[in-house]
Amino acid sequence: MGRGACAVPGAPEGLVAAEDVLLFVNAAVTSTGQREFHGGADEQRMSLEFLHAYMLGNYRELYAAALALGVNDHNAALIVRHLLRTAAEADPGQRRTEGALIARRLELLPPQRVYALFAELRAARVNNRRTRAVVRDWLAGRPDPAFDAVKYHAGMKGALRHAHLRPANEELGRFLFAPRGGARFGHPLLEARRRARYEQAALFELPFTVAEGFAARHGIPREVFLERIAPRLTRLERLRTQESARRSGAAAVPADLSRMPLTRLASYVLALPVPDRVARRAELTAALAAAARRTAGARAGSWGRVTAVLDDSYSATASGQKRRRPLAVALAAHFLLAALAGSYRALWTSGRTDALLARPQGPTPLGARLLDALESGPDLVLVVSDGFDNAPPGLAAEVLRVWRTRIDPAGRAGVVHLNPVYDADGFDVRRLSPAVPTAGIRDAEDLPALVELAAFATGRTGMARLRAHLDTRIAEFLAPGAPAGGPAAPTGAAAGGPDVPAARQDVPAGGTTGGTTGGAA
Amino acid sequence: MSGGFRLDLAGLEPGPAQVWGGVRLVPLLRAEPVEGLRLHAELYRDGYGVVATGPRTAYTSYIPHGFVADWGADAGRTGQAAAYGTQLRGGPGGRDEGPVACVPLTAHRRMARREAKHRLRFLPLHLALEGYLSLHFGGPSIAWEHWSREALRRGLSPRAEEAYRGAEVGGLDDALRVFEVHPRQCGTVVYVADATAAVFAVPHPEDYRALHHTLLLDLYGELVHQYGLFGAPVPEFRPALGDPDSLPELRAAVAREERGWREFHDGTMAAGLLDAPYRAQRVYRAGPFTLQRFLPAFRPHQENHIGEAITTRNGRIAYLKTFRLSEAQVRRGHLLTRLAANDWQFGATAGELKVTEAELARRLTSAGFGHLLRQDIADGFRAAARRRPG
Repeated sequence: MGRGACAVPGAPEGLVAAEDVLLFVNAAVTSTGQREFHGGADEQRMSLEFLHAYMLGNYRELYAAALALGVNDHNAALIVRHLLRTAAEADPGQRRTEGALIARRLELLPPQRVYALFAELRAARVNNRRTRAVVRDWLAGRPDPAFDAVKYHAGMKGALRHAHLRPANEELGRFLFAPRGGARFGHPLLEARRRARYEQAALFELPFTVAEGFAARHGIPREVFLERIAPRLTRLERLRTQESARRSGAAAVPADLSRMPLTRLASYVLALPVPDRVARRAELTAALAAAARRTAGARAGSWGRVTAVLDDSYSATASGQKRRRPLAVALAAHFLLAALAGSYRALWTSGRTDALLARPQGPTPLGARLLDALESGPDLVLVVSDGFDNAPPGLAAEVLRVWRTRIDPAGRAGVVHLNPVYDADGFDVRRLSPAVPTAGIRDAEDLPALVELAAFATGRTGMARLRAHLDTRIAEFLAPGAPAGGPAAPTGAAAGGPDVPAARQDVPAGGTTGGTTGGAA
Repeated sequence: MSGGFRLDLAGLEPGPAQVWGGVRLVPLLRAEPVEGLRLHAELYRDGYGVVATGPRTAYTSYIPHGFVADWGADAGRTGQAAAYGTQLRGGPGGRDEGPVACVPLTAHRRMARREAKHRLRFLPLHLALEGYLSLHFGGPSIAWEHWSREALRRGLSPRAEEAYRGAEVGGLDDALRVFEVHPRQCGTVVYVADATAAVFAVPHPEDYRALHHTLLLDLYGELVHQYGLFGAPVPEFRPALGDPDSLPELRAAVAREERGWREFHDGTMAAGLLDAPYRAQRVYRAGPFTLQRFLPAFRPHQENHIGEAITTRNGRIAYLKTFRLSEAQVRRGHLLTRLAANDWQFGATAGELKVTEAELARRLTSAGFGHLLRQDIADGFRAAARRRPG
């Protein structure tokens, strides 16, 4: 059982509630219900389901407020689903806040996730008035219904049907519900989709994911397809297809790596074989540094002396579903901290000094590395690790205990542990030591806000303070033009937009697509 | 040729243990890999190049038992063969001993293997296990009246033992999967519910990385299987650093803890394995390396390991694999060695074990050696045993 997941007799009620909320936020930031290195996907899902049910049953308001706290997309969709399923249990005041939070969060979610969420609601036969209103409002806010109708055909059709809605116009209705009529469409994208069935040239006007299937059907060679579809690729599709394009000899795909989000870029670098990384060292380092500088923004160079302890042990391979995710977070954090800090030092657990060649290998001697880090006399020690300290086990906790109680009781040097892995058995991220705050992390971009959050994560914060903080966060989140939800930052300075608003991710990076009105990121 | 032997893990220093459920894995680390002995390069189609050695340097390689490889000339119809027992070979620099002894893999052998559903039928392939099975295999050396004609003619044949594959040992698969291999690691001690289950050591870290997963394919005795099934999770040994007041003191405390663990491991945890006397039998010698198998003293109710080892000229262990016998297996070995020590004299053996002849006959029968006794004598003992308790 988790530390806070059952009420401790005699403890003040507010403290327990605050702990529960932080525990839930940690879980909802890190877990994606996928297989991890130490645990299976089913365990993760069951553990997460329990936390969601527990939060929904006990702290409905706080549960909804988590939508404003930068929980990951998987959990955001789960929260929305649970809130809509139990809409009748909310009082009118709660309903208003929830409605606003849901609407705002759905705007930020990638559209494929929202359509999947609507399909789940449909399968679960959740069709109350609020659900229909949410679907209606979200669909009304989509920049280009024709684009959605082509790219998310089944999703849009299901959503319209489920919420008893009329398509935006007659033509769209015909496209979705009676596409085999044979008549032409006025809208160029819809028409391209119709022609793509028998005309090769037309499929290159379609979004990449749709065109891919047609290309296979028409037997278009991969390199030709990639060359010609290149202008339609979104930013992340471009990053994803880079290497396969390179292998198949398509020259036109190469992306401007320096414009990619930091953690994604780190994942990309780690997926490259070591000789490639060596050959492209200058390019990759520059791209990572540029992404880090962009993320650091105005805070660059303001953090003083920072030492990072980064985990590149074998467990950082994660699983087939989350390949090298913990290592990617560590690598991204490395570059981000180099940008944030005045003077920066990195200590990898393997003892490796070349960050670009990081590989998940070997044990996790966190205790020994922490000792090295503390000896360097830093203002802040940041640990990025899954918390499985095994060489020897528990040494890190002992070193931190001695450090906090005997050597530095005044707390001159801050120590913060960020954990990218949710521990399904413990209902929380694994902690190194009770003396040191631990917070879950999903994207390295959230790191500045999470470090500021450290004050909350020690588990001694009263409910009143937390509630006040949440109210500020909700107000910020709902304010027009607010940045996409970073994690819970206690101060007004939010994460500085950790990523491009997710709702724009389906738009090609070039920004000049026929019929797509949404501006490029 | 055989002689006294003592297992000495000098040069293989225990690293911090990693625990997963009831399985504790202790890595064995080498400061320097053993020179001149590597996995046979042929076993790997590509990758694994052999370190080039000087002109007059002998290159010796060993082939772990049962490694399936394509040996061309020696292979049977299927073109595949498995190495028969662990072998040592001289290489380009030294004398070449000709083709590797191997068994052609045929459909017949595979079917025989799958015979039992959850238990692996024991194939006498493993050098050490073969040593155990062939223990006094010839049967009585002197034709005392107690022994049956069958025993005198055919010895213990057929002799069979059962063991479990590593995959059947509860939790071992997960423990090996999440185990983080150390950079200098050349071996592992496997503890199941904190009972020493097996030791595996190789000369070079790269060999170890290639063979780490084969711990799952190895054989384990019944005791280990039961511990894996019923054993509760074992605790981690967490260091306690006391209350040092400065960073140098803290560092000293950490070093003290590490030293303490090493001493604790070799002195306490692995004591049953390391302190026991063994009888070694030399199987083969290649250059400075000796391949030998060893048998324990078969002390009942104690840890007894059999194994095979390759040692260097100065007695350091280059390769080691052990198998922990189950209690019944120890009993069988004990009975056989005692009988052999007394030249198969029935009465003398009973006297040495401080039991009656009828009791010894009962023990022999329950150990599965009943067929060695002449039927009428065995019946006589049984009748006597029935009469007495009254």
